[in-house]
Amino acid sequence: MAVRVQTEDFDVGHELAALRGNDGRIGAIASFVGTMRDVNDGVQVTAMTLEHYPGMTEKSLDAIVADARARFDVLDVLIIHRVGKLRPTDQIVLVAVTGAHRGEAFDACRFVMDFLKTQAPFWKKETTPAGERWVEARESDDEAAARW
Amino acid sequence: MPDSFLAATVAVHVVYLARLRETLGATEETVTVKVDGRDATVEDVVAALVSRGGAWASELATGRAVRVAVNHAMTKRSAAIRSGDEVAFFPPVTGG
Repeated sequence: MAVRVQTEDFDVGHELAALRGNDGRIGAIASFVGTMRDVNDGVQVTAMTLEHYPGMTEKSLDAIVADARARFDVLDVLIIHRVGKLRPTDQIVLVAVTGAHRGEAFDACRFVMDFLKTQAPFWKKETTPAGERWVEARESDDEAAARW
Repeated sequence: MPDSFLAATVAVHVVYLARLRETLGATEETVTVKVDGRDATVEDVVAALVSRGGAWASELATGRAVRVAVNHAMTKRSAAIRSGDEVAFFPPVTGG
């Protein structure tokens, strides 16, 4: 299990290979990559700054991973979340889950993302032609987390 | 019996993040609230900040979407606090 908060980009292939290792129990790896769009609410976005709350961020991601492992029959969970300045098409977040079978791995991956969106202390500030603006939380994110 | 039980005041380290840090013009500070022996809660800190008026009163007013964490765990305004705790105020999170 690993949780990383970093400014650097990540290589998905490398991360999945490392997570998988030589573990013969693994029959499924489910992963999600969140990337930056160049438009939000109909407005062009040229850059984004991701702020977080050092100390709480890692703790909160650790808690989400522990929760996922308790709820689902999975082998390992990896979360990498970037912070700092990002550009459209940049990778923002990677969640990867290994398990014996796909069902639990898919579910755990979705669970981790749904809780990360509502519990982990990250905030996005967008740069648009009209200036900077903080991204507002979406109600649909709360609903997604409440499903579990 | 914990010291804080009979304490007259409780001093906590308060942190402001993201949009709140900007609109309040504050990053962190020590806030002392008077409790006279009863258990202090986050609500006491909120009341002390709201009494400053201006952006403090409008941003932290009841009903505003402000999240609170005590010692790095998200909680409610009714949560108990003790001297030395870190209390953070921030908008709903938008990561991922």
